[in-house]
Amino acid sequence: MADMNRERHRTRETAFYLFTQQSLPACKPVLTPGWVVEIVDRYDTECVPEAFRIDKISYIQDDSIPKNCSRFMKVHKYMKAPIYIYYQLDNYYQNHRRYVKSRSDKQLLHGQKYHDTSSCQPVELNSGQPIVPCGLIAWSLFNDSFTFIRERAELKVNRKNIAWKSDRDHKFGKNVHPFNFQNGTLIGGGKLNPKIPLSDQEDLIVWMRTSALPSFRKLYGRIEEDLDADDVIVVNLMNNYNTYSFGGKKKLVLSTSSWLGGKNDFLGHACVIIGSSSLILAIVFTLLHLKYRRPHGDTSYLPWNRKSLSG
Amino acid sequence: MPRQGSWGSMELHNNCNTRASFDISRSSSLAQENLSKSQRIHNKSVDFDDNLPHAENPRLIYINDPRRTNDKYEFTGNEIRTSKYTLITFLPKNLFIQFHRVAYLYFLAIAALNQLPPLAVFGRTVSLFPLLFVLCVTAIKDGYEDWRRHRSDRNENNRESLVLQAGEFQMKKWKTIRAGEVVKIHADETIPCDMVLLGTSDPSGLAYIQTMNLDGESNLKTRYARQETASSIFEGCNVLGLIRCEQPNRNIYEFTANMEFNGHRFPLSQSNIVLRGCQLKNTDWIIGVVVYAGQETKAMLNSAVSPSKRSKLESYMNRETLWLSIFLLVMCSVVAVGMGLWLHRHKDELETLPYYRKTYIRNGRENDNDTNLSLYYYGVGTLTENKMEFRKASVYGKDYSSSNFTEDSLQDDNIRDAAISSRWKLKSEISVDSELMNFLHKDLAGDERIAAHLFFLTLAACNTVIPIVSQDASSGHGRSDSWGEVKAIDYQGESPDEQALVSAASAYGYTLHERTSGHIVIDVNGDKLRLDVLGLHEFDSVRKRMSVVIRFPDNTIKVLVKGADTTMFSILARDTEKDNLIRQVTQSHLTEYSSEGLRTLVVAARDLTDVELEQWQCRYEDASTSLIDRAAKLRQTAALVECNLNLLGATAIEDKLQDGVPEAIEALRQAGIKVWVLTGDKQETAISIGLSCKLLTADMQKIIINGNSEEECRNLLTDAKTRYGVQPAHRKNENSKRSNNPQNGYLEIPDDAKSSNVLQPCSGKEEPDVCAPLALIIDGNSLVYILEKDLESELFDIATSCKVVLCCRVAPLQKAGIVDLIKSRTDDMTLAIGDGANDVSMIQMADVGVGICGQEGRQAVMASDFAMGQFRFLKRLLLVHGHWNYQRVGYLVLYNFYRNAVFVLMLFWYILCTAFSTTSALTDWSSVFYSVIYTSVPTIVVGILDKDLSHKTLLKYPKLYGAGHRHEAYNLQLFWVTMIDTLWQSLVLFYIPLFTYKESSIDIWSIGSLWTIAVVILVNMHLAMDIRRWVFITHAAVWGSIIITYACMVVLDSIPIFPNYWTIYHLAKSPTYWLTILLIIIVALLPRFLFKVIHQIFWPSDIQIAREAEILRKATPNLRSMPIEDSS
Repeated sequence: MADMNRERHRTRETAFYLFTQQSLPACKPVLTPGWVVEIVDRYDTECVPEAFRIDKISYIQDDSIPKNCSRFMKVHKYMKAPIYIYYQLDNYYQNHRRYVKSRSDKQLLHGQKYHDTSSCQPVELNSGQPIVPCGLIAWSLFNDSFTFIRERAELKVNRKNIAWKSDRDHKFGKNVHPFNFQNGTLIGGGKLNPKIPLSDQEDLIVWMRTSALPSFRKLYGRIEEDLDADDVIVVNLMNNYNTYSFGGKKKLVLSTSSWLGGKNDFLGHACVIIGSSSLILAIVFTLLHLKYRRPHGDTSYLPWNRKSLSG
Repeated sequence: MPRQGSWGSMELHNNCNTRASFDISRSSSLAQENLSKSQRIHNKSVDFDDNLPHAENPRLIYINDPRRTNDKYEFTGNEIRTSKYTLITFLPKNLFIQFHRVAYLYFLAIAALNQLPPLAVFGRTVSLFPLLFVLCVTAIKDGYEDWRRHRSDRNENNRESLVLQAGEFQMKKWKTIRAGEVVKIHADETIPCDMVLLGTSDPSGLAYIQTMNLDGESNLKTRYARQETASSIFEGCNVLGLIRCEQPNRNIYEFTANMEFNGHRFPLSQSNIVLRGCQLKNTDWIIGVVVYAGQETKAMLNSAVSPSKRSKLESYMNRETLWLSIFLLVMCSVVAVGMGLWLHRHKDELETLPYYRKTYIRNGRENDNDTNLSLYYYGVGTLTENKMEFRKASVYGKDYSSSNFTEDSLQDDNIRDAAISSRWKLKSEISVDSELMNFLHKDLAGDERIAAHLFFLTLAACNTVIPIVSQDASSGHGRSDSWGEVKAIDYQGESPDEQALVSAASAYGYTLHERTSGHIVIDVNGDKLRLDVLGLHEFDSVRKRMSVVIRFPDNTIKVLVKGADTTMFSILARDTEKDNLIRQVTQSHLTEYSSEGLRTLVVAARDLTDVELEQWQCRYEDASTSLIDRAAKLRQTAALVECNLNLLGATAIEDKLQDGVPEAIEALRQAGIKVWVLTGDKQETAISIGLSCKLLTADMQKIIINGNSEEECRNLLTDAKTRYGVQPAHRKNENSKRSNNPQNGYLEIPDDAKSSNVLQPCSGKEEPDVCAPLALIIDGNSLVYILEKDLESELFDIATSCKVVLCCRVAPLQKAGIVDLIKSRTDDMTLAIGDGANDVSMIQMADVGVGICGQEGRQAVMASDFAMGQFRFLKRLLLVHGHWNYQRVGYLVLYNFYRNAVFVLMLFWYILCTAFSTTSALTDWSSVFYSVIYTSVPTIVVGILDKDLSHKTLLKYPKLYGAGHRHEAYNLQLFWVTMIDTLWQSLVLFYIPLFTYKESSIDIWSIGSLWTIAVVILVNMHLAMDIRRWVFITHAAVWGSIIITYACMVVLDSIPIFPNYWTIYHLAKSPTYWLTILLIIIVALLPRFLFKVIHQIFWPSDIQIAREAEILRKATPNLRSMPIEDSS
């Protein structure tokens, strides 16, 4: 009994102690707009050797020239894992009508069993057989690749689970293999490993979710290590994808994420501005109401009554 | 005076309805508003004497010789077809009719464009779905209706009647009956075609028919077979002869023909013909010869479809649809040009680009077609009850009106016995003046007594009422049991006035007992008096009187006349001092009566000498067989006997004002509706009715125009104009336009039976230089001169500056002419309300026609757009339902423009981000469902249920109706404001997600999903902001729509085969998505909200104030609205 009392006393004392010493456990929010850290690196021009800068298109189309390129990225602020790796394409109309429609969802799911690939025009058939996967979207698959090295050690990039699980499970067939993909005369972009079924070709699945706007990012992978401030990361990339023919830019983006997604200040700013202007309006209206009060439902304000009052 | 008119309503109709019906048919075939000037003039030319026979080209019917009849001219068979389509013509014809609607053509064009693969925006079938659905539903409905018509036609055509074939009557199908055949009809059978009566079961050739199907009047009408044929038919002989009749026409009140039979030639008139659709009653059988069959029968010719009417708002809507089409075109051009430029700029790179096809037309669904609500105001009624009651009498210069007692209160036993001894029980109780009654039962001799006797004899004899006697032994009052055989008499007449007079005569002991074409039997206090009718001059609108020539049992011959005072006093004898005295006294009585609003008639009689009789008989025979100008000749003949009459007295009949008429008219006028009364009544009666229903007030300056020549009318008009300083109308119109105060509807109302009023809702345009309100009173005679001549504009100037316009003695076509005058000269809407057949042309001419189901029959109701039971309902239905409908439709038109425009604009902005390639971020299904499912239900619910004010408030403040005149709920300014708001909302809708998801990995289906839900929530919130009456259904519809939208999207995103698979689930996990939607709704609606609030606080509309008052229930006395002059 005495023990218990003492025990209780001590607990209270401790709490009291913590309180008096102002060392109660606390949440310490740091309201920094820079919660999301983002590094953007445009590489489409830099990665073309000086000699080829005049005619980038012939450079990118010439298979004999090696496309590897190294970029350095400096981390300004501490970045907490997972760090998302995006590639960003500008001026690339993935939402073009002709492009968006050029796919066959049934073929993606059922493969060769599904024959009607007319929607895939103009990339529909190869030597009489439907291309799997058919259509412009798949044909123009992005195929630059990136490796990241920090202090000589390669950063581990997780490239699994970058696509929607629903797409992997239900839209892209587990038994559909891209056996005749990118075999035509005109190569649009990346090739696929025919051994791997479409449901595991996550780059393709990501790419096939065509973006809504002409400048877009697509997830490439995740770095699952924290990056410290002032870290320098070397990016070895293969600059394969041709955006030079239409002046599209290519960027590499490393970004952390918050509950609101990536780095975008618009929503926050808009909410603050609208909220505060609403508040100001409310005050203004209250004042107006107090100054120019019109009794509600006072029928002497009815037009015909008003007229008779005034004259 | 209407009742007088209906005395001889036949004749009146004869003259006027011929034209009326012709013109109705003509105007129905034309677009109403495009009536050519010449047409209008024609409409207005009402010629009372116009009885032009179709003598030049008569139709020859050989009785009982169909072969010869149909030999030369192939007359139409008796097969009828009321159906619109056949199996083959159904599809093309129905589609043709349906595509008269501009909106359908628009949708067809869009669907057609969608079928072209490069232009396909939605899926091919998906785009066709809405149009096909609407077309199919309408087609099925039309088809079903037409199938029923086919079926009823078939039934009708396969009915059988007895037709004389090879000497005996045999059953024959209706459709095979031909003109010239002789048909026998039994009691209660329907008449298969228009037939001239040859004989009936009655030896005198009398037959009763019910014309309910034709003109809706339920009383029995008499038709006669000519004595010549009737007798030979009755004797069983075959009749062979030749009938010459006019070509088929649609005038059911006129028939001109003659018949050659046994070498004689005699005339046939309207009373000798029975028309298809009528029923034979109280007659065992009739035999007649077919003159018109099938489609040529008057019934079929009259079944023309009345012209379709469009609300003003609808035409505004069409104008705005045109604007939106221009927008669309601009948008398409922008896309086209943008696409072209883009392609041009990128033409070198196209090979490497996956997207380079020229597809650049983007179609939006601008306008939904689920709001075909028409802006018609309801309303109906007559001013008077139309139950005529004999109120007062002036007999031989003595006024019997002071003491009125009902029969029950008669205390004098003698009189009571006498009254009962008549043994006739009338179906209606009539109040009897005891003094007059006593006087009648005194056995006195003397002028006064004889005059009283003749007075009631005239009332009983000089009419066209048919007494229907029925045995009615047990029912009724107990005291009549002692007489055992009590008969009930029902008077069937075409005019309630006459019925009232005959009933009155009966109450005083002069009971009309029997009437055939040759004689009448009157029961005078128990003694049966048989009078031979030598001739009858029916009422016509020139003479305005009616007369019978009677041979009394004692072989004296008398002419009994009753008629309007204006025409009667001029033909009275002016011999003695006493006559003059009586005339003066009677005249003063008449003035007194009519100032009380009673309808007056003057009764007179005279003896005929044998010479006069002979002369008259000769002329009468001649005139009544004439085929040409019969009316005029009969009129001349009548003049022979209708002269030097001895005045007997005058009657006054009350046509009671209906309940609530003054209140209704007052309210309508406060509402800014101009009320015009167009009546067949005479001036005094019209004025008194005007006074009693508060239309006219004592302080009004009356402009009275009753000229008898063009010159006179012109002078009167100019005089009035200068005296009251009336400006020409066109200048006034400019004024009102400048002050942005457009005038708008006119309404026309009828007053009682034969009278009709015009109500014109007119935003008050006061004449500052007129101090006292003006009232214009004009009579039909002057209108004849004015409407036909260029005086029309003068009349219009004066009429529009008057507060009240009363037109008396107006013929049916003049009513239409007046409506047309207003319609053609102003933009105002007109509403005509009437209950009689004579109002039909007016009802059809007006923008809104309202029929009253009165005692006058159902013709007006059939021709009307709206039908009602009583005049006072007009107030409620204009002020309440008219207001509600206007507010709802006005708002919904704007809302639907907004709802579709905001969606299309949103899609449009996105196109600018897709290299002008017309990609839609929304899935096909969402695009289609947007109009069909996501946002349609609240629209409909609000269109049905939203009420800005309660009916109590609206009835209390009629001026609230003025919102409609001022175009408050829908005008061009409001349209553009709404469109600017729409533009803002669409930009917000587009750009907020665009900025939020800038440089992100958002995919096209996610952002499309976001836009879909955002736009649906936005338009529903927008609607919710404007809903003024929340009921459970409204809540369910508005919030339910949003929930259903989510549900639909969840379903659509759960089907793996769609590229948008699982989108909504991903989005819903992200707070950004929800925040974005919230931001869109707030930012988009903020300007509208601010505008609304500021407007409501600082510039409240009268509706807003009334709403607040209603909600706060703060009824203060100064709510009573001001006098009408203040309306604006």
